[in-house]
Amino acid sequence: MRSWTDMAFILVVVLDLFVLASSRLGAAIRAVALQGALLSLLALLLASSGHNMGHVLLVAGGALAIKAILIPWLMFRAIREMAIRREMEPLVGYVPSMILGGVGVVLAFAFSRGLPLPTPEMHPFLVPTALATVWTGLLLVVSRRKAVTQVLGFLVLENGVFVFGLLLTGFMPVMVEAGVLLDLLAAVFVMGIVMFQINREFSSLDTDAMSSLKD
Amino acid sequence: MILLIILVSFVLGASAFAWPDNRTRPRLLLVGAAIHLAGVVSLWIHPEGPVLSGYLFLDAAGKVVLSTSSVLFVASAIYAQGYLRRRDDRDNRIFVGGLLVLLSAMTTVGVAQHLGVLWVAVELTTLATAPLIYFNHNARSLEAAWKYLLVSSLGIALALLGTFFLALSGAGPGGPKSLLLDDLIRAGPELSRPWVRTAFVFLLVGYGTKMGLAPLHSWKPDAYGEAPGLLGALMAGGITNFAFLSVVRVFQVTRAAGEGAFASDALLALGLLSMALAAVFMAGQRDFKRMLAYSSVEHMGILAVALGLGGTAVGGAFYHVVNNGLSKGVLFLAAGNIHRAYGSKRTDEVRGAIRRLPVSGPLFLAGFLAVTGTPPFSPFWSEFIILNGAFSTGRWVVGAFFLLFLAVIFIGMGATVLHVVQGDDRGTPARPGFGDGWLTAGPPLVLLLLVLALGLWLPRALQGLFAAAAHLVTGA
Repeated sequence: MRSWTDMAFILVVVLDLFVLASSRLGAAIRAVALQGALLSLLALLLASSGHNMGHVLLVAGGALAIKAILIPWLMFRAIREMAIRREMEPLVGYVPSMILGGVGVVLAFAFSRGLPLPTPEMHPFLVPTALATVWTGLLLVVSRRKAVTQVLGFLVLENGVFVFGLLLTGFMPVMVEAGVLLDLLAAVFVMGIVMFQINREFSSLDTDAMSSLKD
Repeated sequence: MILLIILVSFVLGASAFAWPDNRTRPRLLLVGAAIHLAGVVSLWIHPEGPVLSGYLFLDAAGKVVLSTSSVLFVASAIYAQGYLRRRDDRDNRIFVGGLLVLLSAMTTVGVAQHLGVLWVAVELTTLATAPLIYFNHNARSLEAAWKYLLVSSLGIALALLGTFFLALSGAGPGGPKSLLLDDLIRAGPELSRPWVRTAFVFLLVGYGTKMGLAPLHSWKPDAYGEAPGLLGALMAGGITNFAFLSVVRVFQVTRAAGEGAFASDALLALGLLSMALAAVFMAGQRDFKRMLAYSSVEHMGILAVALGLGGTAVGGAFYHVVNNGLSKGVLFLAAGNIHRAYGSKRTDEVRGAIRRLPVSGPLFLAGFLAVTGTPPFSPFWSEFIILNGAFSTGRWVVGAFFLLFLAVIFIGMGATVLHVVQGDDRGTPARPGFGDGWLTAGPPLVLLLLVLALGLWLPRALQGLFAAAAHLVTGA
C-alpha cells in the first residue's frame, strides 16, 4: 500500500511538470484530468481505519466526478467550440517554466521540512506535493496568455489545495469539503461563460487582446 | 433572525431570476433592503445568541460592518430604482438577482464564526459580483470582469489553503479539531506556531486580494472603473469592508497563538504600501472612477495600518470602516451620476459638473473632502484616532508616513476632483435627460448627511460598539 501511495504522489508532481511543458492544450487538459483521478485515488489510499468511510467515499467520488470527468469535459468542449489547439506564445517559455516548476518542487520539499506535522502518521510526501502543485498552478496562471490555460492553471492550483485538504479529512466537517468541490465547479462554470463571451467580443481567446484597461 | 435575514435575501435573489417583468423587478431590491435593515435594527434591539451550534453569531466586529453595509444597501437599492429605469433597454435579471445574492453572502461573512463558513461566503461574494461587473456588456467591462474573477479566485484559493493550515495548526493531540473562532482563540498558545505563521501569510494574501491591498489590487481600478456606480459603491463600501473583517478574524487567531507581532508587521507593511501606491497613482489620474478605486486602495491601507498598530488605533479602524463605507457610497453614486450625464468618465472631457448637476456635482466635491479626512466629516475623526494611536505608542515613523501619504493623496485627488466639478461645461459631451433626479441624487445626499452627522456627534451606542469590537481584537 505504502509504495502505491508514494507512486501516486510522485505522479501528481510529474503531471505538474508535464502540464507546464506541454504546448498542446488537449494533452494538458488530459493531464489535469488524470491528476484529478489520482487525487480521488489518494483520498482512498490515505484513509485509515479511524476515518468515517462514508465521508472518504464522498470526497473520493466527488473528486473523480468533478475533477477527472466533468471539468475536463467542459474544457474540451470549450476548446472544440473555439477551435484552438495550442498555447502559441506563452509569456514564459516551456523550458524556463519547467525549470521554475522543478525549482518549486525542490523548494516545496525543503520548506515542508520546517513545518512539523502535528499528525505524524501522515504521509511525508503530502505537504511537498501540495505546495509544489499550488506553485505550478500559480505559475501557469501568470505565465500563459490563453484564457483556457489560465483556467487550467487555476484547476491545478485547486488540485494542490485539495491534496492538502486530504490531510484534514479526519476532522473537517463535510460541509467545508463539499464547499471545495462546489466552488471549483462554480468557478469554472462562471469562467466558462465569461470565456464564451470573450470569444464573441474579441473573436479569440487571447487575454492579451484584453489590455485596453491600464494606467 | 440572523438566519432569516440571510435566507430572505437569498430567496428574493432567486425569485428575481424568475420575475418576468423587467420594469418592476428592481423593486425586489427595495424589499430586500428594507427587510435587511429591519432585521439588523432588530438585532441591535434584541441581540441574538449563537445559532447553528455556534457557526453563526453577530459579534461587535460583525455588527459594525453589517450595519454599515445594510445602510449602504438601502441607499443603493433606492438609487437602483432610478438607475435601472434609465437603463430599461438592458435586461436587469442578473443584476437584480446578483445584488440580492451578494447581500445574502455579505451578511453571512458578517456573522460567520467558523473559518470554513467564512471562506465559502467570501467566495460567494466573488461569484455574485463578477457577472454584475459585466452589466454594460462591452469589451471593457468583460475585461474587467475576467480580471476580477481570475485574481479573486486565485486569492480565494490561497485563502482556502491558509484555512487548511490553520485547521492543521490545531490538529495536534489534545488540541482542538475545529475551525470555530472561539475554539481556535481559546486554544491560543497550543496551536502549532510555524503553521499559524504560514497560515497567516496565505490568509492575508487571500483576503488581502479581496480587500484590494497593494500589491494585490490589480483588479480594482478596472472593476471599479467599468462597474456601474452603484455596484462600485457596494464593492468599495461593502465587500472590501467584509474582506477586512475576514482579515480581522484571522488576526484574532494569530494574535491568540502568540504570533501577533509578526502579523502586525505584515499588516503595517502592506497598509503603508497601499497608501503609498494610491498616492502615486492618484496623481494625474485621467479617469475619475479609476481614481476612486485608488482611493479605495488607500482606505483599505488605512484599515490595515490601524489593525497593525493595535491599541487604541483598532477602535479607530472600526470607526473608519463605517466612515469608509458611507463616504464611498457618496462618491461612487455621485460619480455614476456624473458619468451618465456626460457619457464619459475621462477628466479631459468632463468639467463643470457643479453647473450641470446641481446636486451630484457638489456631492462629489463634498464626498472628496469627506473621504480625504477634512473636518468636520467623520473620516477626519477616525483617521485622527488612528494617527493618535501611532504617536501615543511611539510609532513615529509609521505616523509620519501615514500623514505624508494622506497629504499627497489629498492634493492628487483634489486636482482631479476640482477639474471635474469646476469650470464651464460648454463644449463637453452632453446626454440630455440624464440630469439629477430624486432617486439618483437623493441617496448619496442622505449618505453624505450621515457622514457629516457622525462627524459632528458620535452616539454613545456606536462608541461602545467600536470599543467592544476593538476589545475582541486587542483583548484590552
